[in-house]
Amino acid sequence: MADKTISKARGDDSSPLAISLDNINKTFGSVRANKDVCLSVVQGTIHGIVGENGAGKSTLVSILYGFYSADSGTVAISGEPVRLRSAADAIAAGIGMVHQHFMLVPNFTVLENIILGHEVGSDLKAGARQAEASLKGITERYGLSVDLQAVVQDLPVGLQQRVEILKALYRGARILILDEPTGVLTPQETEQLFDILGTLKAQGVTILLITHKLKEIMAVTDFVSVMRSGEMVDHLQTAQTNPQQLAQMMVGRPVLLDVGYQAAQAGQAMLNAEHLTVTETSGVTSLSDVSFSVHQGEILGIAGVSGNGQSELLEVLAGIRKITSGTVQIGDRKITAEQPASPSEVKGLGLAHVPEDRHAMGLILPFTAAESAVLGYEYADMMGGRSPILSPAVMAAHCKTLMSSYDVRPAEPSLKSNLFSGGNQQKIVLARELSSQPDILLVGQPTRGVDIGAIEFIHKQLFAMRDKGCAVILVSVELDEIMSLSDRVMVMNEGKSMGIVRKADTDIQEIGLMMAGVTAASPRQQKAR
Amino acid sequence: MADLWLQFVLTIDATLRVATPLILCAMAGLFSERSGIIDISLEGKMLMSAFAAASMAALTGSPLLGLAGGILVSVALSLIHGFACVTHKGNQVISGLAINILASGLTVTLGIALFAQGGQTPFLNKSERFTDIVLPFAEQAEHVPVLGTIYKEIISGHNLLVWVALFSVIVTGYVVFRTTFGLRLRAVGEKPEAVDSAGGSVSGLRFQAVIIAGVLCGIAGTYLSTAHGAGFIREMAAGKGYIALAALIFGKWRPVPALLACLMFGFMEALAARLQGVEIPVIGNISTDLILVLPYFLTVILLAGFIGKASPPRSIGVPYIKER
Repeated sequence: MADKTISKARGDDSSPLAISLDNINKTFGSVRANKDVCLSVVQGTIHGIVGENGAGKSTLVSILYGFYSADSGTVAISGEPVRLRSAADAIAAGIGMVHQHFMLVPNFTVLENIILGHEVGSDLKAGARQAEASLKGITERYGLSVDLQAVVQDLPVGLQQRVEILKALYRGARILILDEPTGVLTPQETEQLFDILGTLKAQGVTILLITHKLKEIMAVTDFVSVMRSGEMVDHLQTAQTNPQQLAQMMVGRPVLLDVGYQAAQAGQAMLNAEHLTVTETSGVTSLSDVSFSVHQGEILGIAGVSGNGQSELLEVLAGIRKITSGTVQIGDRKITAEQPASPSEVKGLGLAHVPEDRHAMGLILPFTAAESAVLGYEYADMMGGRSPILSPAVMAAHCKTLMSSYDVRPAEPSLKSNLFSGGNQQKIVLARELSSQPDILLVGQPTRGVDIGAIEFIHKQLFAMRDKGCAVILVSVELDEIMSLSDRVMVMNEGKSMGIVRKADTDIQEIGLMMAGVTAASPRQQKAR
Repeated sequence: MADLWLQFVLTIDATLRVATPLILCAMAGLFSERSGIIDISLEGKMLMSAFAAASMAALTGSPLLGLAGGILVSVALSLIHGFACVTHKGNQVISGLAINILASGLTVTLGIALFAQGGQTPFLNKSERFTDIVLPFAEQAEHVPVLGTIYKEIISGHNLLVWVALFSVIVTGYVVFRTTFGLRLRAVGEKPEAVDSAGGSVSGLRFQAVIIAGVLCGIAGTYLSTAHGAGFIREMAAGKGYIALAALIFGKWRPVPALLACLMFGFMEALAARLQGVEIPVIGNISTDLILVLPYFLTVILLAGFIGKASPPRSIGVPYIKER
């Protein structure tokens, strides 16, 4: 199958290949991360690799960049068989990598970061001058301007990524691998990145784009390869496929990419936040004068690039973090700095919280699913109320019920939480919180690291809660998720609210600009509060 | 007045002598810690090399061979530290602690076995030690006011290793901030992944750093037993390695501020020595113990409150493990 599909993907048998992988195998312990993987990337094209978490994409690119060596199989770069035993080998073969988490030294300058490991001579200053001269040519040729003397940690994420690209090009990369490059970018930054990729392609650079965002695959790639559980499923020409087909290949069954938003009638306000401010002990203001309210039967989406105060907001609302000033009103209870509420009190007011980081806050990984499924609800009526004794049988039965109604697989309450996949772990947390029948639901990053099939299910559950009259606050860094679920969207930037807009009156462009802190909501939009 | 001036100059002179091992150890620590390896074993390495240098000098009669022995032993201990912390990704504090305990016990045991003098090494004659270098015209300069005294008492009359210590600060500054090696060294202490993905060797760099630290500690130890002192005395490092580490942190992992911190600690100690038994106006006679406690007390106070926001190398103490 492989041979046929490769030639199909190549389109033309005579075009030269930048990368060709043949029957790559890699096993970690009992997990076969890559099974007989074959891949052909035509020189000067943008080639996407899609797949769910754990499909083996990362392993494959790590092999290409010399981080791991394959158990078997061959790698050829520009037709030449190569052995990649280290990153140095990969660099020598003309491969550059832009990692998902940047490999930059935060307190070094851009120039220092670029030359690191590839310096000229032993004297830093002389070498830096020389590097600067040759970098000038590269920046002009590819239109990648950046201040070489700036300290990296002061740069916005989009520019840091540009530094990573420059770093690779400076090392003479003719093949650029980008691993989930848009995860941390605003929509505008993403567009700029795609422009850069276009320029690079025009200059003959081959680009391998690893992502789980099908929209991006459709937007920039020429070819796409789909991986599922360690294997290559198929290689396709992007122009001849569509997101629906790709999603189906990734999951192995048909999936609904968009569960279908239907406007809802919002009722009375369930939670009012007025001028919420949180100042950390370090003096940093992580939340600054944020006001909003959320109503019965609506989903309020909180958009923003990760780290702009959304986490703090969730924690304040959940009673985990103390307010410095401002109020949160739930029913008759006014939570202030002077009268703080504990998480259990907030829970008693009818609020449930699905935390952003299910590993750190949602579950206790070494605990069984049955135990994880009652965390925070040990004294609930179904567990025997105030009785200090927990019955294992009751817990198991409770967990079993949750598992069957939320389709957790395997439906095995005695299994340790860390043995479930990301999506199933998330379903356990969701099941626990939703089953308390909350009036207000806080949800943080509900689909982070969750496979497409589970995303569909989780989105449906959130709509179901909303339609039952629950007030839902949804924090997500995935703008698509915000846009497909929310009735109204509040955008956060540097701890401040940039405004609240009705989903029906806005678009991704406007929200992106607000995320970047460039513009606040237009006056007409402001009324959405 | 003239007497007070001379007292002051002599105190400064003593400061340099006392600060020399601190400076060498602080620079040693700077290399190690800038690469991401915590080095509390400065103390043990210095003690062990003090013993090795004195033994070697006593056995061969050559201070230079003593220095070579001191450096060799200290580097060997560094390699053990590197093997534990870099190769096997062990806990850096525990490894350092083990080296300190090892040095404390082994020096005495070996000392008794070799020389049977209660853990000490034999007294070293002048020819077996690094002796003071009297600079030209030092005697004549005595008669020149102010500058002459400074020249004679502070600048002249130090042994070679004092000069080596001061020179090591310049070299450290140059190597760490002006060379390619220094760039990589700092990078590996901040973000080893960056070095790894740029094709450099994290382990290689960290090993080089601990070896350099070994060499500098070896010189510091040699200074204690075969330059400043005349033979090894048990536990003669007396916490200097820890004070050097404190000076390094106080100096925020930078060579010149660390040097100044070392000089300040040295000054406190020199002052304490000089103030013993001296009648001070108003206060009167200060107890010797109290004065001796002063530098340590100051260390605690300074480290606790006045250091400001010290930002250590980001990856210090964290073994580099490639994520799966």
